[in-house]
Amino acid sequence: MKKVKVFITLKESVLDPQGQAVMQSLHNMDYKNVQDVRIGKYIELQMDDSADVAEQVDTICDKLLANTVIENYRYEVEEEVHS
Amino acid sequence: MKTAVIVFPGSNCDQDMYYAIKDGLGEEVDYVWHAETSLDGYDAIMIPGGFSYGDYLRSGAIARFSGIMPAVIKAAKEGKPVLGVCNGFQILLEAGLLPGAMLKNQHLKFICETVNLQVKNNDTQFTKFYANDEIIRIPIAHGEGNYFCDDATLKELQDNNRIVFTYSGENPNGSKADIAGIINEAGNVLGMMPHPERAADALLGSDDGLRLFQSILNHWRESTHAAYTS
Repeated sequence: MKKVKVFITLKESVLDPQGQAVMQSLHNMDYKNVQDVRIGKYIELQMDDSADVAEQVDTICDKLLANTVIENYRYEVEEEVHS
Repeated sequence: MKTAVIVFPGSNCDQDMYYAIKDGLGEEVDYVWHAETSLDGYDAIMIPGGFSYGDYLRSGAIARFSGIMPAVIKAAKEGKPVLGVCNGFQILLEAGLLPGAMLKNQHLKFICETVNLQVKNNDTQFTKFYANDEIIRIPIAHGEGNYFCDDATLKELQDNNRIVFTYSGENPNGSKADIAGIINEAGNVLGMMPHPERAADALLGSDDGLRLFQSILNHWRESTHAAYTS
């Protein structure tokens, strides 16, 4: 069993109005040293090892989890240890 | 002309679309549930607005893999008119039938108001009954209508006259180049954030949207007539 942790972020070239609003709020809270905020998504997948997991996750991200017009993704694959 | 209005879980403009065709045009129209797999026998496909699958993940991302979508893509490739409005536009983008993507509105507000649109290209099967540069009044209702594409895509859209509608005056959502609606290269797939089906009867405050449906019908009649006589 594998646990796949997928991180999806907006591309650098894409403005993030949500992040800007959060940064404004942080500034209002006096965290003036916060220079930028970018909001993304974190998705966990549990997958059995019956196929090439990395290859599948690439396709899954390209097709569904991320929109590569505006988003980048990266992921980590961990061995799931059962107790 | 027999039209299909695709219904996803969370669609909420399907009935407006249905009545724009049925009463506005007086043409045959069916609801087609997203789990269906065929659109054979339909001459035009409408993907209505709403919040398919609750906008989970991204607007349109999950609807794009519904059972009906291969048939929508097939109809588009066959040259049938495909109109996606609002969430329908988002689904067409996710499906890759149109280029680009939607971001959250610049000011993060859901905007529900009637706006001025400028017709930028009336040489399409959707806009023949408008004049170029004509200003029309059409409602918008969206939280993610901030159209984005890279500069190369924008240039291609501009160079090939594929920007069909732009916002006139103030841009409500921050969309690139004031884009409100674009068409595919073949000219048979139109995506737009504003709702022509909500402006298809003077009782609704504007009937500026009706001519869009009349244009589709007119094109269909002309093309089928040409097919009979050739």
